[in-house]
Amino acid sequence: MSEHILQGIGVSGGVAVAPLFTLPVEEDATRAQMAPEGERQALQDAIAAAAASLARLIKEVSDDAAAMLEFQAVLLEDEDLLAPVFEAIDTGEAADQAWRTTLNQEIEFYLDSDPEDETFAARGSDLADLRDRVLASLFGRDRSSLQPAVPSIVLAVDLPPSRFLEMDRDSMAGLALGVGSRTSHVSLLARARGLPLVVGLGALPAEGHRGDAVLDADEGRLVLHPSHDTRLAAEQRARMERAAREQMSRSNSQPAITAAGEDVAVMINVDHPSILEEAKAVNCDGVGLTRTEFLFQTGTPSETAQLEAYSRILAWAGGRPVTIRTLDAGGDKPLPGITREGEANPFLGVRGLRLSLINKALFKVQLRALLRASAIGPLKMMLPMVTDPAEIDRVRALLREAAGELSVEGKRFGEPSLGMMVEVPVAALAAEEFDADFYSIGTNDLVQYATACARDNVEVAGLARGDHPGVIRLIEAVVAAGRQRNVEVSVCGDMASDPGGVKVLLAAGVRALSVAPAQIGCVKETVRAFGSEN
Amino acid sequence: MTNATSFSGSAVIQDPTGLHARPAVKLTKLAKGFLSKVEVRSGEAGAWVNAKSPNAVMKLKARHGETLHLRADGEDAAEAVDRLVALIESDFAE
Repeated sequence: MSEHILQGIGVSGGVAVAPLFTLPVEEDATRAQMAPEGERQALQDAIAAAAASLARLIKEVSDDAAAMLEFQAVLLEDEDLLAPVFEAIDTGEAADQAWRTTLNQEIEFYLDSDPEDETFAARGSDLADLRDRVLASLFGRDRSSLQPAVPSIVLAVDLPPSRFLEMDRDSMAGLALGVGSRTSHVSLLARARGLPLVVGLGALPAEGHRGDAVLDADEGRLVLHPSHDTRLAAEQRARMERAAREQMSRSNSQPAITAAGEDVAVMINVDHPSILEEAKAVNCDGVGLTRTEFLFQTGTPSETAQLEAYSRILAWAGGRPVTIRTLDAGGDKPLPGITREGEANPFLGVRGLRLSLINKALFKVQLRALLRASAIGPLKMMLPMVTDPAEIDRVRALLREAAGELSVEGKRFGEPSLGMMVEVPVAALAAEEFDADFYSIGTNDLVQYATACARDNVEVAGLARGDHPGVIRLIEAVVAAGRQRNVEVSVCGDMASDPGGVKVLLAAGVRALSVAPAQIGCVKETVRAFGSEN
Repeated sequence: MTNATSFSGSAVIQDPTGLHARPAVKLTKLAKGFLSKVEVRSGEAGAWVNAKSPNAVMKLKARHGETLHLRADGEDAAEAVDRLVALIESDFAE
């Protein structure tokens, strides 16, 4: 069989040679309700399946995680817990409905009983995890069928971030997607983990491919039935890349200083706490961006659950500053029940801070959690999609209100600095008008808005250039505002993780970068070389 | 069931963080090994709950220094109470 080349857009990670694994399409979560007897049996089967998967996991994970899973496992044998579920089924309720209702009541009890008692509230998260695990079995979503048995190039039309995170990193040699763009969320996740990813491949081959394929993220292509020569060349490059990565990781812990002797802060972006297991705090100058959307994937998190998540990141950073962005939902990140539905143009609609200032109850919970977390370590709070200087003033007023409540309640809290993402072109041009303690340029959205190119549209991706002279002028305007007001200017968008982008940013005067953890070495090397050529 | 009898006992929680998940699991696992009905409550005023239900035991929210009261009813009630009291007194070291 001759070589078949599919051309797409390379996102991250280099070359992979591995078998192809076509990800099964996930059906919509619906099931037909049966008579009570059948529903009983369905739930019993789902519980048995969940118990089996927990038993497998308990063997694989560390002691601490095993203790947590053990608690979930014994709950599946808790007759007092299960009795009301089966009673509801006998009165004609669907198994999923009955299970969800009972578990939700219990979860509420744990979360609401005493927000001060964090270990107790954490049991609520265990129950939530258990609830979803059983529901997944009940709806016939066997998570293990979604994992390749050997490290493979995973092939799918598209992959939602939640499913990406469910997959075992070690089972993926690379990822090839039919749609998507360099700035889609799965691209961010793959880049953070150094996973080879090619997107926008178009129509994918039908199943039935045998043998290894070559995924080349540098060239942005997937080669099916590679010839002997193609395969050998790819394997050689993969070896060289591995060697280069290993060499680079040795200099990761050294500071990034330009050839001209200027210090450049290199921080990391945290999209999900799982990334902290792979990244080392000593290799960076803190966290320049924490995306908090992960907390909202399974409903609205309690203040305690948020406080716990933020504390974990602060503990990981060990005294280095941690920047946490308030909820940035909307745009291409809809959250059911939270974001607006049916907006004609969600990128220009109620997203980011705009949503938080409308849904104040939701925002208040996050502000309280952030205030409390800042008593633990150096926390920098960052607002997404700031458009008007008055918006920051409104947030400061809400923060004062929340701090007042906390002090009445006798709870410990600190004073986080309050900065803004610069993503909206008018905010970049007039950055000095904003009462921000720091600026962080979100180049992905800034480029999207400045070039009028939707970041989820492959066909205009070529026009969405970070090195467009107009974009550079916007960045320079923010750098100038930072100098004038003597506050930090950093960049947390994708440009900061890409060697070409880093050169552009350094030339524009940026001296703080927040990057995908897998790119620390590469970015630091680029910084060190900067200024030696000219 | 001619020998069915009731027994009770009590012990104080040693762990500074109280009856958290790991001890709660140990307690219910031990209780489940007995045929008797076994119940537990936290303090004199607490409500009795099924000691074989990890969810119910967890929800006691029993803290450090609190007294757990146990009562069992059935053939092996005496041994159940003795073993559970010993488990709590040993700070769940068993």
